[in-house]
Amino acid sequence: MLSQLPVLPVLLPLIGAPACALLRRPTLAWVFACLVAVLAFLCTVSLFTTTWQEGVQTYALGGWPSPWGIEYRIDLLNALVLLVVSGIGAAILLASRASVWQEIGETRRGLFYVACLLCLAGLLGIAATGDAFNLFVFLEISSLSTYALVAMGPDRRALLAAYNYLIMGTIGATFILIGIGFLYMLTGTLSMADLGERLPAMGESRTAFAAYAFIVVGVCLKLALFPLHLWLPGAYTRAPSIVTVFLAATSTKVALYVLIRFTYSVFHLEFSQLAQALDTVFIALGVIAVFAGSLVAIFEADLKRGLAYSSVAQIGFMVIGLGIGTVEGLQASLIHLFNHALMKGALFLALAAFILRVGSSNFSSLRGIGRRMPLATAAFVLAGISLIGIPGTAGFISKWYLVLAAAAQQQWILLGLILAGSLLTAVYIWRFVETAYAEPEGDSVIQRNEAPLGMLLVIVLLALLNLYFGFDSRLPVETAGGAAQALLGGDAS
Amino acid sequence: MEVLIDIVLLSLLVATAVALVMVRGLIASIMLTSVYGLLSASFFVTMGAVDVAFTEAAVGAGVSPLLLLFTVAVIGRKERAPEGGAVLVKSLLLVVVTGALLIVGTLDMPPFGSPDAPAQTHVAPYYLQQSGAEIGIPNVVTSVLASYRAYDTLGEVLVIFTAGVAVILILASSSHRGSARLRNATVPDGSPHTILQVVGKILIPFILLFAFYVQFHGEYGPGGGFQAGVIFASGVILYGLLFGLPTVCRVLPPPVMEVLAALGVLIFGLTGVMSLLNGAPFLDYSVLADDPVTAQHIGIMVIELGVGITVASVITAIYYAFANQLEPGPN
Repeated sequence: MLSQLPVLPVLLPLIGAPACALLRRPTLAWVFACLVAVLAFLCTVSLFTTTWQEGVQTYALGGWPSPWGIEYRIDLLNALVLLVVSGIGAAILLASRASVWQEIGETRRGLFYVACLLCLAGLLGIAATGDAFNLFVFLEISSLSTYALVAMGPDRRALLAAYNYLIMGTIGATFILIGIGFLYMLTGTLSMADLGERLPAMGESRTAFAAYAFIVVGVCLKLALFPLHLWLPGAYTRAPSIVTVFLAATSTKVALYVLIRFTYSVFHLEFSQLAQALDTVFIALGVIAVFAGSLVAIFEADLKRGLAYSSVAQIGFMVIGLGIGTVEGLQASLIHLFNHALMKGALFLALAAFILRVGSSNFSSLRGIGRRMPLATAAFVLAGISLIGIPGTAGFISKWYLVLAAAAQQQWILLGLILAGSLLTAVYIWRFVETAYAEPEGDSVIQRNEAPLGMLLVIVLLALLNLYFGFDSRLPVETAGGAAQALLGGDAS
Repeated sequence: MEVLIDIVLLSLLVATAVALVMVRGLIASIMLTSVYGLLSASFFVTMGAVDVAFTEAAVGAGVSPLLLLFTVAVIGRKERAPEGGAVLVKSLLLVVVTGALLIVGTLDMPPFGSPDAPAQTHVAPYYLQQSGAEIGIPNVVTSVLASYRAYDTLGEVLVIFTAGVAVILILASSSHRGSARLRNATVPDGSPHTILQVVGKILIPFILLFAFYVQFHGEYGPGGGFQAGVIFASGVILYGLLFGLPTVCRVLPPPVMEVLAALGVLIFGLTGVMSLLNGAPFLDYSVLADDPVTAQHIGIMVIELGVGITVASVITAIYYAFANQLEPGPN
């Protein structure tokens, strides 16, 4: 069975989803979805350790070797993204019951979990595959299910948010498909490894340029990189709380992975004239995203929307790392990919618990939440501290490596901007702390009313992981370092 | 001659697209969408992609305009006042840049259909030369779709399944109660569409029969599960349009369609799992029989059946969900 390991994390939710659709009772569907997600996570952990110890794992689907067939080629980068997505996916599904039962109507709960599994399968499929067209197919699975999941939000504005996301997402997916079409026209192959060998040999062709342009714009739409982020705040705000946690912690990470994979493994832009110009663009857009996102987050009256804008800002940090263009920069970007999933997972899940108990994510209704739900609030604050990047938390590791990467290139202005951006994060997290521990208005007695146990455990676990990876950062740092080395250094000869 | 046909078809496509943007009435634009679908299907035929043309003709020209019509029937046929000039200029700019990039991308490439094009010289020759010995069926397109790249096809079937799940989730509020109501509803008699009904009664059996032909002949000629599924669903939808939703729901109840949609995917997926359990890679059909070529045949037949079942039932279920918004039964 060990030789089948690379395909199992994707296959479990992929076949689990239609099987889940046959279960008529929502509780059963939830239990089944959790089971599938946890199994997929266990397979991913096993795959991750195998890749760590033995190097790249290949798997020829249908028994046809690449480029005739579709191939999975799991390296450290794939394994890291798979680990993040499946881990967060399993944790969130386990925690989801109370929130879903409150926000989703009874007739929809069963299919809701089917859509969750489809989304998970799609994202894992993107992160695992070594074939450009197969990537697009799984992108479609994850996108379609995401639109439906966003539309399940509690009020009708969710439909509009889902519609906006659908239009933007479809343009993005179409651009990616056009890009892949150009690549096939240019090389006659769809396998990424084969593309990576054949494309640099073609020299600088206009077709390759057009292909890369389409793919970058398409992926950046999915990634919600400023100024293509307009769908994100609406979708995150209006979606059901659980869906927001899942999207914030996984889907943009997978988009970042696609951008990195195409840039370095397929196009090998590190050798190209274009790279310099592109790096500047990525850094500029990243910096604008950090400041624009953070500033809006500071003045936002609704915490869920505020955190959504904070995601735009955090994506900015990841793209800055990519734009620095060195092994260290890419490593920082990947570390932040890992850590940000933990931070936003904890933050949005704690927020889902607040919404479950209070019924709103407005700052005004969150007054005194720290007395009402002390553990969930503490977890939120801990994850918030990590988001700022205070030493002792995972967020500090991200920022530290990002600052080091900027310093190594002597980009002092950029370094200052990164630090200033982190300070802005502190402003909006502090605003929550102030509200949460403020005296409630009037003299009403606040009842202690914690989140349901299952949900609370996952919230606390995610928050503590932020602490854990702040002290023992070997897993993300070494994996990201190895992955970045393989992308930029390994095949430089 | 073929160049002439291409020129005519492409000019018509452009004209339709321009008209689509200009026209204000929603019904008219839906009809133009349908025309666009039919023209695309014809264009695919001239390019030799008959498999794709089948699907485009059924879905692009038939089913999807119909779903748009259902939507318009619910929301009204008037378009809101057109957007201001700034939005138009921005959209136009975006379209021009995208179009220019598309053209730039193709400038360096050999002309369409050139035998030296990389697309014809790298992977494609292998399929053409080897698939006869390895898979043993005449339709190479089916060999690629159902065996060499079967995993993509499984993905595509899941895309369709996801679309079905998405539509039912969004329109579901009354769907489950609605479907129960539909099953118990009495069929109205004395419909005003007598002529259409008579013609339909003659046509529909042949449409369904043709769907089965396309399904089981996909290894030898153009066709396969996707095409058969959409053709079958078109037949069912035509029946529903002519004889009313309650009637067609009695023949093919909506809950059954939902179960079949999942079953089709499972047939496909579990075929792959069988290879897995026998120690071969996922979707490696060689474990299904002793002779490798026979095994490929069996594998392709089974997964195409799964594709057909899912496609037909998802499209029917989507039709039910839309039509149910419009005529929620006699009560």
